[in-house]
Amino acid sequence: MNTMIKVLKYQARDAIRSRWLIAYALFFLVVTDALLRFSGDPVKAQLSLVSIVLFVVPLVAIVFGTVYLYNAREFVELILAQPVDRRQTFCGLYLGLTLPLAVAFVVGLSVPFILNGLDASAWARLGALVVAGVVLTCVFTAIATSIAVKCEDRLRGLGAAIGVWLLVTIVYDGFVLLVLAVLSHFPLERATLGLMLTNPIDIARVGLLLRFDGAAMMGYTGAAFLKFFSGSTGPIVATLALAAWIVAPIAFGVRVFQRKDF
Amino acid sequence: MIRPILQVTGVCKRFGALDILRSVDLTVGAGRVVAIVGPNGAGKTTLIKSVLGLTRPDSGRITLSGTDVLGANAYRAAIGYMPQIARFPENLTGAELIALLKDLRGPTAQLDTELIDCFGLEEALEKPLRVLSGGTRQKVNAAMAFLFSPELLILDEPTAGLDPLSSSALKDKILVERGAGKTIMVTSHIMNELEELADDVAFMVDGRVAFSGTLDDLKRVTAQMTLERAVASMMMRDRAEAA
Repeated sequence: MNTMIKVLKYQARDAIRSRWLIAYALFFLVVTDALLRFSGDPVKAQLSLVSIVLFVVPLVAIVFGTVYLYNAREFVELILAQPVDRRQTFCGLYLGLTLPLAVAFVVGLSVPFILNGLDASAWARLGALVVAGVVLTCVFTAIATSIAVKCEDRLRGLGAAIGVWLLVTIVYDGFVLLVLAVLSHFPLERATLGLMLTNPIDIARVGLLLRFDGAAMMGYTGAAFLKFFSGSTGPIVATLALAAWIVAPIAFGVRVFQRKDF
Repeated sequence: MIRPILQVTGVCKRFGALDILRSVDLTVGAGRVVAIVGPNGAGKTTLIKSVLGLTRPDSGRITLSGTDVLGANAYRAAIGYMPQIARFPENLTGAELIALLKDLRGPTAQLDTELIDCFGLEEALEKPLRVLSGGTRQKVNAAMAFLFSPELLILDEPTAGLDPLSSSALKDKILVERGAGKTIMVTSHIMNELEELADDVAFMVDGRVAFSGTLDDLKRVTAQMTLERAVASMMMRDRAEAA
Protein backbone atom coordinates (compact mmCIF):
# COMPACT_ATOMS: atom_id res chain seq x y z
CA MET A 1 0.00 0.00 0.00
CA ASN A 2 2.94 2.28 0.61
CA THR A 3 3.80 3.04 -2.99
CA MET A 4 0.18 3.88 -3.70
CA ILE A 5 0.03 6.50 -0.97
CA LYS A 6 3.37 8.05 -2.00
CA VAL A 7 2.36 8.34 -5.65
CA LEU A 8 -1.03 9.69 -4.61
CA LYS A 9 0.56 12.29 -2.36
CA TYR A 10 2.78 13.88 -5.00
CA GLN A 11 0.41 13.53 -7.92
CA ALA A 12 -2.41 15.13 -5.96
CA ARG A 13 -0.06 17.96 -5.02
CA ASP A 14 0.64 18.56 -8.69
CA ALA A 15 -2.99 18.31 -9.81
CA ILE A 16 -4.40 20.55 -7.09
CA ARG A 17 -2.11 23.37 -8.26
CA SER A 18 -3.27 23.04 -11.85
CA ARG A 19 -4.99 26.14 -13.23
CA TRP A 20 -7.77 23.99 -14.70
CA LEU A 21 -8.56 22.49 -11.35
CA ILE A 22 -8.66 25.87 -9.66
CA ALA A 23 -10.95 27.13 -12.45
CA TYR A 24 -13.20 24.11 -11.87
CA ALA A 25 -13.55 24.92 -8.16
CA LEU A 26 -14.21 28.58 -8.97
CA PHE A 27 -16.86 27.58 -11.51
CA PHE A 28 -18.93 25.77 -8.87
CA LEU A 29 -18.28 28.55 -6.39
CA VAL A 30 -19.57 31.24 -8.75
CA VAL A 31 -22.52 29.22 -10.09
CA THR A 32 -23.69 28.12 -6.63
CA ASP A 33 -23.33 31.61 -5.24
CA ALA A 34 -25.18 33.13 -8.19
CA LEU A 35 -28.03 30.60 -7.94
CA LEU A 36 -28.39 31.28 -4.23
CA ARG A 37 -28.44 35.05 -4.73
CA PHE A 38 -30.83 35.13 -7.67
CA SER A 39 -33.30 32.50 -6.50
CA GLY A 40 -33.05 33.47 -2.85
CA ASP A 41 -34.21 29.94 -2.07
CA PRO A 42 -31.72 27.15 -1.28
CA VAL A 43 -34.13 24.44 -2.48
CA LYS A 44 -34.51 26.05 -5.93
CA ALA A 45 -30.76 26.64 -6.11
CA GLN A 46 -30.10 22.99 -5.24
CA LEU A 47 -32.61 21.74 -7.79
CA SER A 48 -30.86 23.75 -10.51
CA LEU A 49 -27.54 22.43 -9.28
CA VAL A 50 -28.72 18.84 -9.79
CA SER A 51 -28.69 19.29 -13.58
CA ILE A 52 -25.43 21.24 -13.52
CA VAL A 53 -23.65 18.66 -11.37
CA LEU A 54 -24.90 15.76 -13.52
CA PHE A 55 -23.71 17.52 -16.67
CA VAL A 56 -20.43 19.18 -15.66
CA VAL A 57 -18.87 16.76 -13.16
CA PRO A 58 -18.68 13.74 -15.55
CA LEU A 59 -17.44 15.95 -18.40
CA VAL A 60 -14.66 17.59 -16.40
CA ALA A 61 -13.65 14.34 -14.67
CA ILE A 62 -13.31 12.39 -17.90
CA VAL A 63 -11.70 15.13 -20.04
CA PHE A 64 -9.36 16.56 -17.40
CA GLY A 65 -8.52 13.00 -16.33
CA THR A 66 -7.51 11.77 -19.77
CA VAL A 67 -5.56 14.91 -20.69
CA TYR A 68 -3.77 14.92 -17.34
CA LEU A 69 -2.73 11.28 -17.62
CA TYR A 70 -1.48 11.66 -21.17
CA ASN A 71 0.67 14.57 -20.00
CA ALA A 72 1.93 12.47 -17.10
CA ARG A 73 3.32 9.70 -19.31
CA GLU A 74 6.99 10.54 -18.71
CA PHE A 75 6.26 10.99 -15.03
CA VAL A 76 4.76 7.50 -14.92
CA GLU A 77 7.87 6.12 -16.64
CA LEU A 78 10.05 7.83 -14.06
CA ILE A 79 8.03 6.25 -11.24
CA LEU A 80 8.11 2.80 -12.85
CA ALA A 81 11.90 3.04 -13.23
CA GLN A 82 12.05 3.00 -9.41
CA PRO A 83 11.65 -0.18 -7.35
CA VAL A 84 7.83 -0.03 -7.31
CA ASP A 85 4.91 -2.32 -8.00
CA ARG A 86 2.78 -1.47 -11.02
CA ARG A 87 -0.61 -2.23 -9.47
CA GLN A 88 0.05 0.14 -6.58
CA THR A 89 1.39 2.79 -8.91
CA PHE A 90 -1.80 2.58 -10.95
CA CYS A 91 -4.00 2.96 -7.88
CA GLY A 92 -1.88 5.90 -6.73
CA LEU A 93 -2.29 7.58 -10.10
CA TYR A 94 -6.06 7.02 -10.06
CA LEU A 95 -6.51 8.37 -6.56
CA GLY A 96 -4.06 11.23 -7.14
CA LEU A 97 -6.32 12.34 -9.96
CA THR A 98 -9.69 11.65 -8.31
CA LEU A 99 -9.03 13.22 -4.94
CA PRO A 100 -8.10 16.74 -6.16
CA LEU A 101 -11.09 16.78 -8.54
CA ALA A 102 -13.42 15.70 -5.75
CA VAL A 103 -11.97 18.27 -3.34
CA ALA A 104 -12.31 21.08 -5.90
CA PHE A 105 -15.93 20.10 -6.51
CA VAL A 106 -16.87 19.79 -2.84
CA VAL A 107 -15.23 23.09 -1.90
CA GLY A 108 -16.75 25.00 -4.82
CA LEU A 109 -20.23 23.64 -4.16
CA SER A 110 -20.30 23.80 -0.36
CA VAL A 111 -18.68 27.10 0.52
CA PRO A 112 -21.53 29.36 -0.74
CA PHE A 113 -24.08 27.22 1.14
CA ILE A 114 -22.01 27.30 4.31
CA LEU A 115 -21.70 31.09 4.09
CA ASN A 116 -25.41 31.36 3.41
CA GLY A 117 -26.55 29.11 6.25
CA LEU A 118 -29.08 26.30 5.76
CA ASP A 119 -31.83 24.41 7.56
CA ALA A 120 -31.55 20.70 8.33
CA SER A 121 -33.38 19.40 5.25
CA ALA A 122 -31.32 21.66 2.95
CA TRP A 123 -28.15 20.27 4.56
CA ALA A 124 -29.33 16.74 3.81
CA ARG A 125 -29.95 17.64 0.16
CA LEU A 126 -26.57 19.37 -0.09
CA GLY A 127 -25.05 16.19 1.34
CA ALA A 128 -26.79 14.15 -1.36
CA LEU A 129 -25.47 16.52 -4.06
CA VAL A 130 -21.95 16.23 -2.66
CA VAL A 131 -22.11 12.44 -2.52
CA ALA A 132 -23.53 12.21 -6.06
CA GLY A 133 -20.82 14.55 -7.41
CA VAL A 134 -18.01 12.70 -5.66
CA VAL A 135 -19.26 9.30 -6.81
CA LEU A 136 -19.60 10.52 -10.39
CA THR A 137 -16.06 11.93 -10.16
CA CYS A 138 -14.82 8.49 -9.06
CA VAL A 139 -16.69 6.80 -11.93
CA PHE A 140 -15.50 9.09 -14.68
CA THR A 141 -11.88 9.38 -13.57
CA ALA A 142 -11.86 5.57 -13.46
CA ILE A 143 -13.05 5.52 -17.08
CA ALA A 144 -10.53 8.26 -17.97
CA THR A 145 -7.68 6.31 -16.38
CA SER A 146 -8.49 3.12 -18.25
CA ILE A 147 -8.81 5.01 -21.56
CA ALA A 148 -5.47 6.79 -21.05
CA VAL A 149 -3.76 3.49 -20.21
CA LYS A 150 -5.34 1.52 -23.05
CA CYS A 151 -5.11 4.06 -25.88
CA GLU A 152 -1.57 4.95 -27.02
CA ASP A 153 -2.76 7.77 -29.25
CA ARG A 154 -3.81 10.77 -27.17
CA LEU A 155 -6.12 12.21 -29.80
CA ARG A 156 -8.05 8.96 -30.07
CA GLY A 157 -8.07 8.70 -26.29
CA LEU A 158 -9.53 12.16 -25.91
CA GLY A 159 -12.08 11.34 -28.61
CA ALA A 160 -13.05 8.18 -26.74
CA ALA A 161 -13.40 10.16 -23.49
CA ILE A 162 -15.74 12.72 -25.05
CA GLY A 163 -17.56 9.89 -26.83
CA VAL A 164 -18.22 8.06 -23.55
CA TRP A 165 -19.48 11.26 -21.98
CA LEU A 166 -21.82 12.02 -24.90
CA LEU A 167 -23.06 8.45 -24.78
CA VAL A 168 -24.01 8.40 -21.11
CA THR A 169 -25.33 11.97 -20.87
CA ILE A 170 -27.12 12.55 -24.18
CA VAL A 171 -27.33 9.55 -26.48
CA TYR A 172 -28.44 7.17 -23.75
CA ASP A 173 -31.30 9.39 -22.64
CA GLY A 174 -32.42 9.71 -26.25
CA PHE A 175 -32.38 5.95 -26.54
CA VAL A 176 -34.39 5.52 -23.35
CA LEU A 177 -36.97 8.08 -24.51
CA LEU A 178 -37.26 6.28 -27.85
CA VAL A 179 -37.83 2.94 -26.15
CA LEU A 180 -40.47 4.44 -23.86
CA ALA A 181 -42.25 6.20 -26.73
CA VAL A 182 -42.31 3.17 -29.03
CA LEU A 183 -43.37 0.76 -26.30
CA SER A 184 -45.69 3.15 -24.50
CA HIS A 185 -48.57 0.64 -24.51
CA PHE A 186 -46.70 -1.79 -22.34
CA PRO A 187 -46.07 -1.59 -18.60
CA LEU A 188 -42.45 -0.46 -18.58
CA GLU A 189 -41.73 0.26 -14.91
CA ARG A 190 -39.34 -2.63 -14.52
CA ALA A 191 -37.66 -1.98 -17.87
CA THR A 192 -37.06 1.71 -17.07
CA LEU A 193 -35.69 0.68 -13.71
CA GLY A 194 -33.22 -1.61 -15.47
CA LEU A 195 -32.28 1.06 -18.01
CA MET A 196 -31.74 3.55 -15.21
CA LEU A 197 -29.46 1.18 -13.31
CA THR A 198 -27.12 0.65 -16.27
CA ASN A 199 -26.23 4.36 -16.53
CA PRO A 200 -24.30 5.92 -13.62
CA ILE A 201 -25.60 9.42 -14.36
CA ASP A 202 -29.20 8.18 -14.36
CA ILE A 203 -28.72 6.47 -11.01
CA ALA A 204 -27.38 9.71 -9.58
CA ARG A 205 -30.19 11.73 -11.18
CA VAL A 206 -33.00 9.56 -9.86
CA GLY A 207 -31.38 9.31 -6.45
CA LEU A 208 -31.11 13.10 -6.28
CA LEU A 209 -34.53 14.00 -7.67
CA LEU A 210 -36.27 11.69 -5.21
CA ARG A 211 -34.83 13.84 -2.43
CA PHE A 212 -36.53 16.90 -3.91
CA ASP A 213 -39.96 15.29 -3.92
CA GLY A 214 -39.25 15.16 -7.61
CA ALA A 215 -40.95 11.78 -7.99
CA ALA A 216 -44.15 13.64 -8.83
CA MET A 217 -42.39 15.16 -11.82
CA MET A 218 -41.57 11.76 -13.20
CA GLY A 219 -45.12 10.39 -13.46
CA TYR A 220 -45.80 6.65 -13.14
CA THR A 221 -42.16 5.80 -13.60
CA GLY A 222 -41.40 8.18 -10.76
CA ALA A 223 -43.74 6.21 -8.55
CA ALA A 224 -41.92 3.01 -9.49
CA PHE A 225 -38.55 4.63 -8.72
CA LEU A 226 -39.82 5.94 -5.41
CA LYS A 227 -41.05 2.49 -4.47
CA PHE A 228 -37.74 0.98 -5.54
CA PHE A 229 -35.59 3.45 -3.63
CA SER A 230 -37.72 3.45 -0.48
CA GLY A 231 -37.50 -0.34 -0.22
CA SER A 232 -34.55 -1.98 1.44
CA THR A 233 -33.02 -3.68 -1.61
CA GLY A 234 -33.36 -0.66 -3.96
CA PRO A 235 -30.64 1.55 -2.47
CA ILE A 236 -28.34 -1.46 -2.11
CA VAL A 237 -28.80 -2.43 -5.76
CA ALA A 238 -28.23 1.19 -6.87
CA THR A 239 -25.10 1.45 -4.74
CA LEU A 240 -23.78 -1.83 -6.11
CA ALA A 241 -24.45 -0.65 -9.65
CA LEU A 242 -22.47 2.55 -9.02
CA ALA A 243 -19.67 0.62 -7.34
CA ALA A 244 -19.49 -1.63 -10.40
CA TRP A 245 -19.05 1.48 -12.55
CA ILE A 246 -16.00 2.39 -10.48
CA VAL A 247 -14.52 -1.06 -9.94
CA ALA A 248 -14.89 -2.40 -13.49
CA PRO A 249 -12.88 0.35 -15.27
CA ILE A 250 -10.22 0.25 -12.54
CA ALA A 251 -9.89 -3.53 -12.76
CA PHE A 252 -9.61 -3.25 -16.53
CA GLY A 253 -7.06 -0.41 -16.20
CA VAL A 254 -4.90 -2.36 -13.73
CA ARG A 255 -4.81 -5.37 -16.07
CA VAL A 256 -3.77 -3.26 -19.04
CA PHE A 257 -1.28 -1.21 -16.99
CA GLN A 258 0.47 -4.32 -15.66
CA ARG A 259 1.20 -5.57 -19.17
CA LYS A 260 1.80 -2.21 -20.78
CA ASP A 261 5.03 -1.39 -22.58
CA PHE A 262 6.31 2.12 -22.05
CA MET B 1 38.09 -11.63 -16.49
CA ILE B 2 35.59 -8.88 -15.70
CA ARG B 3 32.62 -9.82 -13.57
CA PRO B 4 29.41 -9.36 -15.58
CA ILE B 5 26.78 -7.20 -13.86
CA LEU B 6 24.11 -7.29 -16.54
CA GLN B 7 23.38 -10.18 -18.85
CA VAL B 8 20.88 -10.06 -21.67
CA THR B 9 20.21 -13.35 -23.44
CA GLY B 10 18.00 -13.87 -26.48
CA VAL B 11 15.66 -11.00 -25.77
CA CYS B 12 12.95 -10.51 -28.40
CA LYS B 13 10.28 -7.86 -28.58
CA ARG B 14 7.60 -7.28 -31.19
CA PHE B 15 5.41 -4.21 -31.41
CA GLY B 16 2.56 -5.19 -33.70
CA ALA B 17 4.15 -6.18 -37.00
CA LEU B 18 7.52 -4.66 -36.09
CA ASP B 19 10.36 -6.77 -34.70
CA ILE B 20 12.12 -4.22 -32.53
CA LEU B 21 14.44 -6.64 -30.75
CA ARG B 22 15.38 -9.91 -32.47
CA SER B 23 17.28 -11.99 -30.00
CA VAL B 24 19.55 -9.49 -28.31
CA ASP B 25 22.58 -10.87 -26.46
CA LEU B 26 24.71 -8.52 -24.41
CA THR B 27 26.98 -8.80 -21.42
CA VAL B 28 27.91 -5.69 -19.51
CA GLY B 29 30.97 -5.93 -17.29
CA ALA B 30 30.94 -4.40 -13.81
CA GLY B 31 32.77 -1.11 -13.53
CA ARG B 32 32.71 -0.44 -17.28
CA VAL B 33 31.26 2.37 -19.33
CA VAL B 34 29.37 0.78 -22.19
CA ALA B 35 28.29 2.85 -25.16
CA ILE B 36 25.22 1.57 -26.98
CA VAL B 37 25.34 2.84 -30.53
CA GLY B 38 23.52 2.20 -33.75
CA PRO B 39 21.21 3.79 -36.29
CA ASN B 40 17.82 5.22 -35.33
CA GLY B 41 15.26 2.50 -34.75
CA ALA B 42 17.91 -0.13 -34.01
CA GLY B 43 16.25 -0.89 -30.66
CA LYS B 44 18.58 0.94 -28.25
CA THR B 45 15.83 2.57 -26.20
CA THR B 46 13.70 -0.61 -26.23
CA LEU B 47 16.67 -2.58 -24.90
CA ILE B 48 17.19 -0.03 -22.12
CA LYS B 49 13.50 -0.06 -21.27
CA SER B 50 13.53 -3.87 -21.18
CA VAL B 51 16.35 -3.79 -18.62
CA LEU B 52 14.30 -1.32 -16.56
CA GLY B 53 11.15 -3.42 -16.84
CA LEU B 54 9.30 -0.56 -18.56
CA THR B 55 8.92 -2.80 -21.59
CA ARG B 56 8.22 -6.51 -21.18
CA PRO B 57 10.21 -8.69 -23.61
CA ASP B 58 8.31 -11.44 -25.42
CA SER B 59 11.09 -13.93 -24.76
CA GLY B 60 14.64 -14.11 -23.46
CA ARG B 61 16.27 -13.49 -20.14
CA ILE B 62 17.77 -10.46 -18.40
CA THR B 63 19.76 -10.80 -15.19
CA LEU B 64 21.24 -8.09 -13.02
CA SER B 65 24.01 -9.30 -10.70
CA GLY B 66 22.79 -12.83 -11.35
CA THR B 67 19.12 -12.38 -10.45
CA ASP B 68 16.32 -12.45 -12.99
CA VAL B 69 14.74 -9.05 -13.55
CA LEU B 70 11.68 -10.00 -15.60
CA GLY B 71 8.58 -9.49 -13.47
CA ALA B 72 10.64 -8.29 -10.48
CA ASN B 73 10.66 -4.81 -8.94
CA ALA B 74 13.22 -4.63 -6.15
CA TYR B 75 16.24 -4.84 -8.46
CA ARG B 76 15.52 -1.32 -9.76
CA ALA B 77 16.86 0.08 -6.48
CA ALA B 78 20.30 -0.68 -7.94
CA ILE B 79 19.61 1.29 -11.13
CA GLY B 80 19.67 5.01 -11.81
CA TYR B 81 17.85 5.95 -15.01
CA MET B 82 18.11 9.18 -16.94
CA PRO B 83 15.42 9.15 -19.64
CA GLN B 84 15.79 10.87 -22.97
CA ILE B 85 12.90 13.26 -22.46
CA ALA B 86 12.79 15.30 -19.26
CA ARG B 87 9.07 16.01 -18.94
CA PHE B 88 7.89 16.20 -15.36
CA PRO B 89 4.67 17.25 -13.61
CA GLU B 90 4.42 20.98 -14.25
CA ASN B 91 3.31 22.13 -10.85
CA LEU B 92 5.76 20.20 -8.71
CA THR B 93 9.15 21.63 -7.82
CA GLY B 94 12.37 19.76 -8.48
CA ALA B 95 12.78 19.35 -4.74
CA GLU B 96 9.36 17.68 -4.51
CA LEU B 97 10.20 15.36 -7.38
CA ILE B 98 13.40 14.35 -5.59
CA ALA B 99 11.43 13.88 -2.37
CA LEU B 100 9.08 11.52 -4.24
CA LEU B 101 12.00 9.42 -5.49
CA LYS B 102 13.44 9.32 -1.96
CA ASP B 103 10.05 8.20 -0.62
CA LEU B 104 9.68 5.51 -3.27
CA ARG B 105 13.18 4.15 -2.72
CA GLY B 106 13.02 4.20 1.04
CA PRO B 107 15.88 5.16 3.34
CA THR B 108 19.28 5.48 1.68
CA ALA B 109 22.52 5.86 3.55
CA GLN B 110 23.97 8.80 1.71
CA LEU B 111 22.60 10.90 -1.14
CA ASP B 112 25.01 11.91 -3.87
CA THR B 113 24.23 15.59 -4.43
CA GLU B 114 27.43 16.35 -6.30
CA LEU B 115 25.66 17.09 -9.59
CA ILE B 116 23.15 19.39 -7.87
CA ASP B 117 26.04 21.43 -6.47
CA CYS B 118 27.98 21.21 -9.69
CA PHE B 119 25.09 22.45 -11.85
CA GLY B 120 24.16 25.05 -9.21
CA LEU B 121 20.61 23.69 -9.06
CA GLU B 122 19.69 24.54 -5.44
CA GLU B 123 17.66 27.60 -6.40
CA ALA B 124 16.04 26.03 -9.46
CA LEU B 125 14.88 23.07 -7.37
CA GLU B 126 12.58 25.36 -5.38
CA LYS B 127 10.70 26.53 -8.50
CA PRO B 128 7.88 24.70 -10.28
CA LEU B 129 9.32 22.56 -13.06
CA ARG B 130 7.08 24.32 -15.59
CA VAL B 131 9.10 27.56 -15.35
CA LEU B 132 12.49 25.85 -15.82
CA SER B 133 14.21 25.87 -19.22
CA GLY B 134 14.64 22.61 -21.12
CA GLY B 135 18.34 22.56 -20.27
CA THR B 136 17.73 23.08 -16.56
CA ARG B 137 15.14 20.31 -16.57
CA GLN B 138 17.71 18.04 -18.21
CA LYS B 139 20.14 18.91 -15.39
CA VAL B 140 17.50 17.96 -12.80
CA ASN B 141 16.98 14.74 -14.76
CA ALA B 142 20.71 13.96 -14.61
CA ALA B 143 21.03 14.86 -10.94
CA MET B 144 18.15 12.49 -10.08
CA ALA B 145 19.78 9.55 -11.89
CA PHE B 146 23.00 9.90 -9.87
CA LEU B 147 21.32 10.79 -6.58
CA PHE B 148 21.15 7.30 -5.08
CA SER B 149 24.67 6.17 -6.06
CA PRO B 150 23.26 3.23 -8.06
CA GLU B 151 25.38 0.26 -9.09
CA LEU B 152 24.17 0.61 -12.68
CA LEU B 153 23.52 3.94 -14.37
CA ILE B 154 21.46 3.97 -17.55
CA LEU B 155 21.77 7.25 -19.42
CA ASP B 156 19.75 7.76 -22.58
CA GLU B 157 21.19 10.68 -24.58
CA PRO B 158 22.41 12.34 -21.38
CA THR B 159 24.03 15.45 -22.84
CA ALA B 160 21.20 16.38 -25.23
CA GLY B 161 20.22 19.98 -24.53
CA LEU B 162 23.07 20.67 -22.08
CA ASP B 163 25.49 23.56 -22.55
CA PRO B 164 29.21 22.66 -22.95
CA LEU B 165 30.01 23.47 -19.32
CA SER B 166 27.25 21.25 -17.89
CA SER B 167 27.89 18.55 -20.43
CA SER B 168 31.57 18.46 -19.39
CA ALA B 169 30.58 18.35 -15.74
CA LEU B 170 28.27 15.42 -16.46
CA LYS B 171 31.00 13.56 -18.32
CA ASP B 172 33.42 14.16 -15.46
CA LYS B 173 30.82 12.76 -13.09
CA ILE B 174 30.40 9.66 -15.26
CA LEU B 175 34.15 9.03 -15.09
CA VAL B 176 34.19 9.61 -11.32
CA GLU B 177 31.44 7.03 -10.89
CA ARG B 178 33.32 4.55 -13.06
CA GLY B 179 36.34 5.16 -10.87
CA ALA B 180 34.16 4.24 -7.89
CA GLY B 181 33.35 0.89 -9.51
CA LYS B 182 29.93 1.78 -10.91
CA THR B 183 28.72 0.51 -14.25
CA ILE B 184 27.34 2.93 -16.82
CA MET B 185 25.31 2.23 -19.96
CA VAL B 186 25.06 5.25 -22.18
CA THR B 187 23.54 6.02 -25.56
CA SER B 188 24.35 9.09 -27.59
CA HIS B 189 24.39 10.31 -31.14
CA ILE B 190 27.62 12.19 -30.52
CA MET B 191 30.37 9.66 -31.18
CA ASN B 192 33.20 11.94 -30.04
CA GLU B 193 31.56 12.16 -26.67
CA LEU B 194 31.25 8.38 -26.36
CA GLU B 195 34.87 8.00 -27.46
CA GLU B 196 35.87 10.07 -24.46
CA LEU B 197 33.84 7.94 -22.05
CA ALA B 198 33.41 4.41 -23.28
CA ASP B 199 35.43 1.34 -22.40
CA ASP B 200 33.16 -0.97 -24.35
CA VAL B 201 30.89 -0.54 -27.34
CA ALA B 202 27.73 -2.43 -28.24
CA PHE B 203 26.72 -1.76 -31.81
CA MET B 204 23.04 -2.43 -32.46
CA VAL B 205 21.37 -2.70 -35.82
CA ASP B 206 17.94 -4.07 -36.77
CA GLY B 207 17.19 -5.22 -33.26
CA ARG B 208 20.39 -7.22 -32.75
CA VAL B 209 23.75 -6.55 -31.17
CA ALA B 210 26.02 -6.82 -34.21
CA PHE B 211 29.23 -6.07 -32.32
CA SER B 212 30.09 -6.08 -28.66
CA GLY B 213 33.58 -5.56 -27.34
CA THR B 214 36.08 -2.97 -26.25
CA LEU B 215 36.46 0.32 -28.05
CA ASP B 216 39.93 -0.71 -29.22
CA ASP B 217 38.59 -4.02 -30.57
CA LEU B 218 35.99 -2.16 -32.60
CA LYS B 219 38.61 0.12 -34.08
CA ARG B 220 40.85 -2.82 -34.86
CA VAL B 221 38.08 -4.88 -36.46
CA THR B 222 36.99 -2.00 -38.65
CA ALA B 223 40.53 -0.68 -39.22
CA GLN B 224 39.45 2.84 -38.26
CA MET B 225 41.03 5.45 -36.01
CA THR B 226 37.95 6.92 -34.32
CA LEU B 227 34.70 5.57 -32.93
CA GLU B 228 32.69 7.66 -35.37
CA ARG B 229 34.52 6.19 -38.37
CA ALA B 230 34.35 2.71 -36.90
CA VAL B 231 30.59 2.88 -36.32
CA ALA B 232 30.06 4.39 -39.77
CA SER B 233 32.04 1.52 -41.25
CA MET B 234 29.93 -1.02 -39.29
CA MET B 235 26.78 0.61 -40.63
CA MET B 236 28.13 0.55 -44.20
CA ARG B 237 29.04 -3.09 -43.87
CA ASP B 238 25.61 -3.93 -42.51
CA ARG B 239 23.95 -2.09 -45.38
CA ALA B 240 26.11 -3.92 -47.91
CA GLU B 241 25.16 -7.26 -46.34
CA ALA B 242 21.48 -6.36 -46.44
CA ALA B 243 21.68 -5.43 -50.14
